[in-house]
Amino acid sequence: MLKRPAKLLNAAISYTTLTLLAGAFCVPFLWMVSTSLKPDTEIFAQGVHWIPRTPQWSNYPAALTAFPFARYLGNTLFIAITCSLGVVLSSSLVAYGFSRVRWPGRDALFLLMLSTIMLPEQVTLIPVFILFRKLGWTGTYLPLIVPSFFGAAISIFLLRQFFRTIPQELSDAAEIDGCSDWQIFTGIVLPLSRPALATIGLLVFINRWMDYMGPLVYLHRPEQYTLALGLYSFIGRHGAEWNLLMAAATVVTLPLVAVFFLAQKQFIEGITLTGMKG
Amino acid sequence: MLVGLAFTSPWLIGFVVFALGPVIASAYLSLTDYPLMRAPVFVGLGNYTELLGDEKFWRYAVLNTLFMFLEIPVAIGVAIALAMLLNQRLRGITLYRTLFFLPSIVPAVATAMLWRWIFNSEYGLLNAGLNSIGLPSIGWLTDPRWSKPSFILMDVWGAGGAMVIYLASLQGVPEHLYEAAHLDGAGWWSRTRFVTLPMLSPVILFSVITGVIGTFQYFTQAFIMTRGGPELSTLFYALYLFDNAFQYFKMGYACALAWVLFVITLICTLIVFRSSAKWVYYEGN
Repeated sequence: MLKRPAKLLNAAISYTTLTLLAGAFCVPFLWMVSTSLKPDTEIFAQGVHWIPRTPQWSNYPAALTAFPFARYLGNTLFIAITCSLGVVLSSSLVAYGFSRVRWPGRDALFLLMLSTIMLPEQVTLIPVFILFRKLGWTGTYLPLIVPSFFGAAISIFLLRQFFRTIPQELSDAAEIDGCSDWQIFTGIVLPLSRPALATIGLLVFINRWMDYMGPLVYLHRPEQYTLALGLYSFIGRHGAEWNLLMAAATVVTLPLVAVFFLAQKQFIEGITLTGMKG
Repeated sequence: MLVGLAFTSPWLIGFVVFALGPVIASAYLSLTDYPLMRAPVFVGLGNYTELLGDEKFWRYAVLNTLFMFLEIPVAIGVAIALAMLLNQRLRGITLYRTLFFLPSIVPAVATAMLWRWIFNSEYGLLNAGLNSIGLPSIGWLTDPRWSKPSFILMDVWGAGGAMVIYLASLQGVPEHLYEAAHLDGAGWWSRTRFVTLPMLSPVILFSVITGVIGTFQYFTQAFIMTRGGPELSTLFYALYLFDNAFQYFKMGYACALAWVLFVITLICTLIVFRSSAKWVYYEGN
């Protein structure tokens, strides 16, 4: 009976700490939205004002027409979706080869693949850029998309771990029935791996949505820009219009927040797996 | 054998074209003078000797190392502390977990823009807050002494990604370990020190290694927030490399910079790995 008050006190302390910290973490978000709704005159007011006196909803249409938002959104979606498909397709093929087929040299190659995760992007950046330039691909989406179709080391690793949990008896039984590896792959392994495939597709999508350096290096014409690049060029032209900038930043962030709430489980799983077992 | 090779062929081709080939090409190009518009000219170790005498190179290598030593402990400490706070059986805890996690999915460009505004020395939220309690303004991004801590503060806001990983591994710590510690009369600190931290140590090792690689590749935020200023106090190594390659088109020199970066991260990683035998606890050993 002595324990109860102590427990209550503990819970009270925890809640207070959590709420204070959570409040601090929310401040930048709230400030972003608050600024995005302020008229020009209120942005540069003295002191901290959270609630705009007259919310300027018109800042949003103004921000979205100040740069070709719809076009950039389309470009970003195109790149992100194509890359997701590419990585999921290629990585699942490779992961099957690394987990469900036995062959000499497999484990050595797998280790080699894992070690490429350690290779800094900068080392390959310049030769790969020169390669794409020689192919005449700079200034197109190809350099951003094509590499996705050759598998991504972390995705391959994750899928291999997942494929290994599928009982070998299933493949053996199918083999006895005369199924080829290709049929086992498409008929048994892939359908059973839908959650893992979705997780990887999602992570790649987010990653491409946020990518800045790739488009910066390879895209030259403004009409090809992604949202990340467009947002940056927006700073150059509307540097002091913080309300419009914050409205644009809010709009670029919202889809990711929506995706997070729709697919929370895959999200957390994916981050945990890529982070823990890399 | 053939089946295995066939399934793994996408990666094999990708490895040769996008990793092995470029690594060899990069090693060769680092020995050349290559202004992109003309063919590369072999200069032996010229780029590397130039690099040794390049005052900027030393400055940024040191600056980046310093940043690494500040950033990694803070990032890991905050992530673990949050994870421990959130690893309690409390009503509504999932809501808190979500709130702490959300900032980490804001795109880097948006994060950088938002924080540029918060750090704004005249009208920014932070200085307005400081002024309202009677403290003077700070030049968060304009004072070379404050620019690095400002970046770290911004990164702490995004600690939710790492927090999730620690949380997952905290949830894997068997309850009986805590019970045993409790029976032995261990207080909160001893339980943390002798149960929680050892159980988290493999994840900490992973964070340190990705942190080493990550801080030396710190690019997007720095590119957008400060472009290296004020007084070059945030000219991170990756920015210097990018400028050499894509602003001055000194491709050979940039490749040499990339190789030095690779060697630095490799040495740091090896040191961390070597030391890990002393502080990383693996279950089952």
